[in-house]
Amino acid sequence: MDAIALLTIFILSIFVGIEVVSKVSAILHTPLMSGANAIHGVVLVGAILVTGKATDNVQLYLGLVAIVLATINMVGGFVVTDRMLEMFKPKKAEKEEVAK
Amino acid sequence: MTPTLTRLAEQTAVITPTWVRVAELLAAVLFILALKGLSSPKTARRGNLLGAAGAATATAVVFFYGQQYYGGPVKHLPQILVAIAIGSIIGWVAARRVQMTQMPQMVALFNGVGGGAAAVISVIEFLSVHSESIPILTATIFTVVVGSVSFTGSLLTYAKLQELMTSRPVVIPLGRFITIGVAVGTIATAVLLIINPVNSLLWLLLGLSLVLGILLVLPVGGADVPIVISLLNAFTGLSVAASGYVLGNVLLIVAGTLVGASGTLLTRMMAKAMGRPLTNTLFGAFTAKASASTASAEDRPVKSASPEDVAIMLGYARKVIIVPGYGLAVAQAQNTIRELVELLVAKGIEVDYAIHPVAGRMPGHMNVLLAEANVPYEQLKEMDEINPEFPATDVALVVGANDVVNPAARDDKTAPIYGMPILNVDQAQQVVFLKRSMRPGFAGIENEVLFDPKTSLLFGDAKDSLTKVVNSLKTL
Repeated sequence: MDAIALLTIFILSIFVGIEVVSKVSAILHTPLMSGANAIHGVVLVGAILVTGKATDNVQLYLGLVAIVLATINMVGGFVVTDRMLEMFKPKKAEKEEVAK
Repeated sequence: MTPTLTRLAEQTAVITPTWVRVAELLAAVLFILALKGLSSPKTARRGNLLGAAGAATATAVVFFYGQQYYGGPVKHLPQILVAIAIGSIIGWVAARRVQMTQMPQMVALFNGVGGGAAAVISVIEFLSVHSESIPILTATIFTVVVGSVSFTGSLLTYAKLQELMTSRPVVIPLGRFITIGVAVGTIATAVLLIINPVNSLLWLLLGLSLVLGILLVLPVGGADVPIVISLLNAFTGLSVAASGYVLGNVLLIVAGTLVGASGTLLTRMMAKAMGRPLTNTLFGAFTAKASASTASAEDRPVKSASPEDVAIMLGYARKVIIVPGYGLAVAQAQNTIRELVELLVAKGIEVDYAIHPVAGRMPGHMNVLLAEANVPYEQLKEMDEINPEFPATDVALVVGANDVVNPAARDDKTAPIYGMPILNVDQAQQVVFLKRSMRPGFAGIENEVLFDPKTSLLFGDAKDSLTKVVNSLKTL
């Protein structure tokens, strides 16, 4: 893909990223940070790509290290976020909305 | 290789099939919906699951990318799958086992390894491709630097929050000049590397960046650490986006940029909740004088109380406000405090919890911890809502909190926490502190309220103290 197309995607993503979190309530700051943290675990895709074309052992072992690290980021991130959010049960959340 | 894997490897298409690219688009949409969902309590959990679905989709289809990515069929497939399995087990077990009180440092750790992965990917790409395109080289170097800073910076915030080292700002002699020197050295090496892409310079750059991450986080202390975690989270997002550019992968660009942009905004919101511009958070310790008001804490008289005294004060009050802090969570006393509040409410006493935006170790952390103990949401009051009520409050019961009720933030311009909004417990008729010791709080600043004549202190583990108070309250 040419550079301008990639730049377009990059710039538009910035606006989307800012827009989607602009109205978050303070009680969700921590889960939101943790969820966003899990999303960048998708760097696993990159780790698999470089490992899948590794031509020597240095590249292979470094690639496998990157895969392990990225998977920890992704899996751990989503699981820990889910644990936090388990406690925000929908019934209570509605009560909170009413209280406001 | 098992027969299935062999077949999979052989099936690798020459050009990436359309369905794979559509699946990537789906993953990108799921990430946007995930962030959107996470912004509201009702949809947060579903949002997180959508994000996980997006990540799983992205990971599943990467094996079907065209041969221009892999230079032929996917190599090393068994090792790759084993590495994914190992990472999944480590991540899953760590996330399931971590105590909710230690969750902020767990997030820091997960963020750090993500940054580390992005840096390693760019190192491999540099070693294997030898690209001479300046935009590609720039993005590669950006990822190495930012990913490495995020890696060591996050590990250090982990060490600080886990109390493996002091949580106070660490100011080394000439620290400011060393940091600036290393930063300049990193940039100079980066520029040289773009002009002359040789491996030796890359290793130098990697080393400098790793050191830089440590130097940047060392002088950050106390309640500012969570803000730095959020900032490093945004950094990792940007380095992932840059690695997406290096690898020609649109999904990584989208996902990384989404996290980078939303993380930056979130960091600013957190800093705002603490009443501090971001630059103060990062560079505050460079300029802060040794906190002036820490003089002779041990010598000054304080009024200590027995659990019975506290029970009587609470039992005959009309209005009580509970200020829970990290010490409550550390002592695992959330259930005991709920029991205490239920007793008081049964006596017809008006009780609220005052939740400071950064109570606990992160914005919203205390809400999570109290929700875990089934404390009803209606009793949790946010700072702006509860502050006007303190003058009409008979007893403010501060359990394991310190910095968030320290009037120095309001009155003392030299205090490192000056400007942070606080809960005005000093305006209540009586104040009771449940504390382990006279040790100052996370930010390491003396709290004048402790020495106020209307303040009583009940020393001991928060859970023990509360249990005793509950027991004597039952006999009243």
